[in-house]
Amino acid sequence: MSDISVHEQTYEAGMGDYFALLKPRVMSLVVFTALVGLLVAPMPVHPFIGFVAILCIAVGAGASGALNMWWDADIDARMKRTAGRPIPSGRVQPGEALGIGLALSGFSIVLLALATNFLAAFLLAFTIFFYAVVYSMWLKRATPQNIVIGGAAGAFPPMIGWAVATGGVSIESVLMFALIFMWTPPHFWALALFVKSDYGNAGIPMLTETHGRKATRNHILAYTLLLVPVAIGLGFTSIGGPFYLAVAVAMNAWFLKGAYDIWRRSDADSDADKHRVEIKVFKISLYYLFAHFVALLVEAILRLYGLGGWA
Amino acid sequence: MTLNVEHEIHDRRKGRNYGVGILLIGFIAIVFGLTVVKVIQLGDAGKFERFDHVARPQLVPEEGAGE
Repeated sequence: MSDISVHEQTYEAGMGDYFALLKPRVMSLVVFTALVGLLVAPMPVHPFIGFVAILCIAVGAGASGALNMWWDADIDARMKRTAGRPIPSGRVQPGEALGIGLALSGFSIVLLALATNFLAAFLLAFTIFFYAVVYSMWLKRATPQNIVIGGAAGAFPPMIGWAVATGGVSIESVLMFALIFMWTPPHFWALALFVKSDYGNAGIPMLTETHGRKATRNHILAYTLLLVPVAIGLGFTSIGGPFYLAVAVAMNAWFLKGAYDIWRRSDADSDADKHRVEIKVFKISLYYLFAHFVALLVEAILRLYGLGGWA
Repeated sequence: MTLNVEHEIHDRRKGRNYGVGILLIGFIAIVFGLTVVKVIQLGDAGKFERFDHVARPQLVPEEGAGE
């Protein structure tokens, strides 16, 4: 093409480039878990207020994604998976991402406070702060436990959804938080076992780089063992029930078997079959979280007809 | 080299302008919708007056009214 030089000098981001800053795929998980947190709560929420609340949580999550991309543009450029993001590829200027991130953060927090309550808005503000500052700016480059503590940011949405409906925090919302919090490390470490070179190139201290792959396998098993009582325990609260418990037992057995298979394997085995088990367990981890939250939703629907729960 | 009248960048700018327009309309719809829902939830629309931060003589109880 003859106009490539003009094209490069005058590139202006389109709407899609700005949207990509908000990490839409992460947003979809946030929307789903926040929606479940809101719907399983004992207090009904007006549908329109519920819609606005979920929108605020999604926009807040997107804002923290934009702030993360602004801060991490240098390391994103060095990783194959992230090199095509709007800032490293030059489609969006870093200052634009910072501006969008800050503006959407303020917008979503204030609107959530006005539409629902201050606790929900505070939790959203804390989530954005935790992801952008504690995780992105501090932990990610400093410690191999980055995703353990940083996982808290991804675990808050159901708690915010619950706070939107009830105006409070309770054992149910804490356990929903704990479920995602404990799930995140084995989920990401399974991923790190088969995309290890990428994080190493960017100098991010992933556990596989700092403590070796054997230690990562041990950690996956240990964290999965710690995850099981949280997932099962949630079944005995007011939002659980026989259906949830059956799903939880089945999914935990499946995930635990996968973690055990990863723990048992050597790197030679893993390289020989191109990380087949690690990839499988990573996929199981996705089904695992999805199944638990769908089961909570099913219990809530059953309760409407007097069938769910333990009563 | 000159930019064509219909350069690709104009399409992108147009897309962005439409995008901002849609977002603004969406924002107005949300604020309007929230207002309607919140007022209806009060049950009595008259209560809404108490939140407008303006001193209204008609809301101040008359002295000795409760005696």
